[in-house]
Amino acid sequence: MSCVIEARGLQFRYPNGVAGLDGVDLSVGHGEHVAVLGPNGAGKTTLMLHLNGLLTGEGELAVAGIDVGRGDVRELRARVGLVFQDPDDQLFMPTVREDVAFGPLNLGASAAEASARVTEALATVRMEHVADRAPHQLSLGQRRRVAIATVLAMDPRLLVLDEPSASLDPRARRELLEMLSRIDRTMLVVTHDLPFAAELCERAVVLSAGRIVADGRCTDILRDEDLLAAHDLELPAGFDPALLRRQTVAAAA
Amino acid sequence: MSLGCAHSLNATGVAGDPASPVHRLDPRAKIVGLAGITLVGVSTPPSHWPVLIACALALSAVAVAARVGPGVVWSRARVVLPLVVFVAVFVPFVRGGEQIDLGPFTVSREGLVTFASVASKAAIGTVSAVLLGATTSFPDVLHGLERMRAPRLLVLIAAFMYRYLFVIADEARRMRVALSARGYRPRHALQAAAIGRVAISLFLRTYDRAERVYVAMLARGYSGSTPRLNALVFRRADTLFLVGVAGALVPLRVLVGAS
Repeated sequence: MSCVIEARGLQFRYPNGVAGLDGVDLSVGHGEHVAVLGPNGAGKTTLMLHLNGLLTGEGELAVAGIDVGRGDVRELRARVGLVFQDPDDQLFMPTVREDVAFGPLNLGASAAEASARVTEALATVRMEHVADRAPHQLSLGQRRRVAIATVLAMDPRLLVLDEPSASLDPRARRELLEMLSRIDRTMLVVTHDLPFAAELCERAVVLSAGRIVADGRCTDILRDEDLLAAHDLELPAGFDPALLRRQTVAAAA
Repeated sequence: MSLGCAHSLNATGVAGDPASPVHRLDPRAKIVGLAGITLVGVSTPPSHWPVLIACALALSAVAVAARVGPGVVWSRARVVLPLVVFVAVFVPFVRGGEQIDLGPFTVSREGLVTFASVASKAAIGTVSAVLLGATTSFPDVLHGLERMRAPRLLVLIAAFMYRYLFVIADEARRMRVALSARGYRPRHALQAAAIGRVAISLFLRTYDRAERVYVAMLARGYSGSTPRLNALVFRRADTLFLVGVAGALVPLRVLVGAS
């Protein structure tokens, strides 16, 4: 098995007739960080829910070696970690510690093993000090990092993040970016924060009206003004993708 | 509604000295012990004051051991107590029997005794609950109830309520502020319709959120049960606490029942 995600002609139609996905072809290899860009309503979240078997459409989809729709759902959910946009949807237990332990315990980990995973996951997102607090006592940035820890504790092969930078202040956004770049896993980042995508991901795909309309190096896609304009995407005014740090690092090397 | 609501939510949670012997007791021991004190108090026939005084002393001992001050107890009890006492306050005026004059009022002696007894029982019940809440975190109370075989579904509902109460109160506050920002200042009942729309909107948002939370739970392998990280341990101190409470109150209550 060479790919973490292998989708061929993936289609999904909502019960009200709206097409969520209209023939998605996508291959993502091990260790890749891929940004999924697209305007609202393009099918980004629909695609994300397919990766975990929460929605099943037509076509072929294999994720982390499991044939979605036919394989073991429990094992699939252990291998694919979804981090939702609103951390209040993800964090529902009374304390952070119990919330991070929820996933591992569902997967059948012993209490001791789950505790060890909680400690490790909270350390990765640098949130050890809030383990015994209630989620409502944390800031949005802290809650988002804890939400990422709840998924890391399940040790997934693929990490899928939905709009991780939404509503964060610049500092929380910067810290999140640094934290995510340290995580050495295959990662799919669904976002319309283009500079965020450019710093975190070397590859980007553009999803528009349920189809993948572009796939390539993130910096190349962000420099293609016509492509961005055609799919309602826009870089912040004055932002020059040619000056990205990733590029300067690559140039230096 | 809004700011006050957020304020009263802040007046919950553990108070006193978190390292006190009472705080460190197993939640199950505290639930049974404090519910026991309430039960003894409530089941005592009117005007058997020694039992009620013993209950009050037991609660005071718990409060002193937990270093929960009278200020905390009063500020939390006053949320519930007036409602309970309000029901009983009319009894002295309507009850028959021997009448006594109290300034401008004529009240029934028997009614006064009933009122005093109901009010004391209400106070004992309320203070027991306040002390449980001040010495045990809400998640621990739920954990205790779960281990005491309370229906899992009810415990789960209570846990969700606790978690999302703060989120919903915050949403309500923001909507209230947004209403005020557009000049909404109701002067009579007919203008209160906007509040109703806020309530509907909150309900719909909460319903949507419930679906999103459930999907997020499924994504992390939820299959109907919520496994727990820490097991509760019933220690000797817990047994001593229960034996102490029972030893002090039960014989007295039984004597009263027999007389």
